[in-house]
Amino acid sequence: MNPRITQRIAFTFLFLSTLLILVPVFLILLMIFRDGFQALSWQFLTAYPRLGMRAGGIFPAIVGTVYLVAATLAFSLPVGILAAIYLSEYAKDNWFKRVIEVAIVNLAGVPSVVYGLFGLGLFVIFLKFGASILAGSLTLSIMSLPVIITASREALGTVPLSFREVSLALGATKWQTIRRAVLPNALPGMITGTILALSRAAGETAPILFTVAAFYLPRLPRSIFDQCMALPYHLYVISTQVPNVKLSIQYGTALVLILLVLAMNIVAIVIRAQFRKRKLW
Amino acid sequence: MVKPKIEIQNLTVSYGPIESLRKVSLDVSEFEILGVIGPASSGKTSLLRTLNRLNDENPLFRKQGRILLDGLDIYTKMDVPLLRKRIGMIFALPAPLPLSIFDNVAYGPRLHGIRSKRELEEIVERSLRAGFLWDEVKDRLDTPAMKLSGGQQQRLCIARSLAVEPEVILYDEPCSGLDPISTARVEEAMQQLKQKYTQILVTNNTKQAARVSDRTAFFLMGELVEIDRTQKMFTVPQDQRTEDYVSGRFG
Amino acid sequence: MMKSRRVLEFFIEGAIFLAGTVSILFVILIFIFLLKEGLALFRTVSVWEFLAGKNWYPISDPPRFGGLSLILGSIWVTAGAIVISVPIGVACAVFIAEVAPRWLREVLKGSVEFLAAIPSIVLGFIGLVTLVPLVQKIFGLSTGLTALSGSLMLGFMAMPTIVSIMEDALTAVPRSYREGALALGATHWQAIWRVVLPAASSGVIAALMLGIGRVIGETMAVMMITGNAARIPTTLLEPVRTMTATVAAEMGEAVQGSPHYFSLFAIGIVLFLITFIINLTADFFLHRKK
Repeated sequence: MNPRITQRIAFTFLFLSTLLILVPVFLILLMIFRDGFQALSWQFLTAYPRLGMRAGGIFPAIVGTVYLVAATLAFSLPVGILAAIYLSEYAKDNWFKRVIEVAIVNLAGVPSVVYGLFGLGLFVIFLKFGASILAGSLTLSIMSLPVIITASREALGTVPLSFREVSLALGATKWQTIRRAVLPNALPGMITGTILALSRAAGETAPILFTVAAFYLPRLPRSIFDQCMALPYHLYVISTQVPNVKLSIQYGTALVLILLVLAMNIVAIVIRAQFRKRKLW
Repeated sequence: MVKPKIEIQNLTVSYGPIESLRKVSLDVSEFEILGVIGPASSGKTSLLRTLNRLNDENPLFRKQGRILLDGLDIYTKMDVPLLRKRIGMIFALPAPLPLSIFDNVAYGPRLHGIRSKRELEEIVERSLRAGFLWDEVKDRLDTPAMKLSGGQQQRLCIARSLAVEPEVILYDEPCSGLDPISTARVEEAMQQLKQKYTQILVTNNTKQAARVSDRTAFFLMGELVEIDRTQKMFTVPQDQRTEDYVSGRFG
Repeated sequence: MMKSRRVLEFFIEGAIFLAGTVSILFVILIFIFLLKEGLALFRTVSVWEFLAGKNWYPISDPPRFGGLSLILGSIWVTAGAIVISVPIGVACAVFIAEVAPRWLREVLKGSVEFLAAIPSIVLGFIGLVTLVPLVQKIFGLSTGLTALSGSLMLGFMAMPTIVSIMEDALTAVPRSYREGALALGATHWQAIWRVVLPAASSGVIAALMLGIGRVIGETMAVMMITGNAARIPTTLLEPVRTMTATVAAEMGEAVQGSPHYFSLFAIGIVLFLITFIINLTADFFLHRKK
């Protein structure tokens, strides 16, 4: 067959495949926005669920998710950044470093439900934290580490070698060099990566199923040892466990969750763009 | 006889299987400008990076022999950050930090614990004057250093090094990216600095060495071929290889 | 240098080193905890029964923990998902990397990555309200909660993984390969098909492996749309239960310390090992290319 015709057929197939992926994404978003929008109201966002989730709002779920994200940030950011600093600035290129890198890749690939089991076994039961924000956020933190470490390493790698050499040549110690010449310039990239990791954590259900999520709580959690409600779990519950929940409420919950995730992604992207613009090197 | 500022004794440097310097011995007197010339890969930069122990960062670096600063072995009897404070380095490509001019110069002193604003301002002014840059930037100390021209940046780097009050300054082909006027300014600065500092200038430009240095050392493929008063090196060198390099027959 | 600063730095660098090793620590910890609770199952149930037994009746009396239906459920759904997603994903990656004009490339990449950002619970929900009824109608079934629905949705969810790995592999192919082929008179497509794709073949394998890992590990979406019937499927149009869905669905009912409880951790061991091996293999292929 004429190669030109083959090319035309092939390229059409490629184009259609791309559409096959992108069109549903677009449609899904459209659906959620359109059908969820009706449920969105000030009351929806600030009221408690009533009638067994069939009416009212999703306020405690929103707050719960915020608490979880905040706690996850507190645990995962410092560890992630320090680990990235180790890999980028201190670790020698040997088998040990390779093992660490393999471990990170594996942590990234562990199924979320296995994280749930792990969190249950270690934090809830063994360490006796019980089902709590503490247990849930620790689980989510470990899950977020690979993304944070990888993004932070990349950020550190973009800092030019000359900054380090100049600092050392002026009589700085290694840590001084990292703290003053390297870290400030890598921080925006690290923060971007962390926010993206957190946006993923915010949407996860399986890790929090057994470690923190509560079906219904009449009050907001008061300490880190309390359980909390959460948006992803709430959506799961009202779409599969509770019968006869108005579809608009389900869509509304999905919409709020997506908007939250979207907002975090946008913040991360904006930070990255601003940094690139201001960067002098 | 006055003891030399720096004594290099039988120095051999290698990076893994590659040998960069072989059995190099030479002394550097205080307050002199020693020019180091030679073709590429002759070990000149290795020499400098071994002197301020920047080579320690390279996991493949191995050295044999001794280097003494004021009689003390810099590899066994000295704290590395302190050594690097005493021996400063100017790199080939001007490397300002992404900070203001003021913060660039103040970077070193701040490292070593100086915090008072007044003290820092004094140090910054003093250093920028010594680097022949003060008049050009005194009104805009808070602007980003990276906006300066290449020549100004390099003088900034000199000022930055001076701010930590070194005793020795190493220059690794500092003018290679600069235009003739900037080069002249940098060379002028070096001459002025002679009064207080010992300087070692590595350069690809033999004419620059002839202009600036008191003595010159010629390196070829890791070996110190000849070292002598500059005047003599360039007119009646002892070694044929020196003669060939200096007169441009290779390089 | 001040002694106190020295001491402080020593501790900071110690913390840095500890943080660096933390990932190894957690992988080992996860494995240990899975083993701790999961191996306890095998005091009362044989490994063979667990892996090959056909009957998963954890709450009957006596309980049966034959996990074959779950394992096969995972395999069926995953296989279906991969069959759908790899060809389309690779094709999309080729389109983005080789055919699309430069200005469009970033838009397309961003859109595909956007899919990755959507939480799986949301996709499961959407699948439940749109895909499941659709499958039911098209195939005239009594319920649309089938392995096919699961495969379709999961294949869709695996796209970002496959597209991005494949796209990286394609852009890593040196320009000279393409240009060499074009200089010999090949059409753009021929250059892609005969030169670029083969050169990026380890990328295909890596994408395949990581796609499998992604799909096999998915929990919520699959739990919501595959029907949760722990039976060995004979066709894709029946409800199935995957390993991940089983753990998520039954953990709430399992009494701590009971064989049922242990059995769910045992499933966790299987899942962990599978994804461990897959990741190791994919990583090997990705690094071999370099």
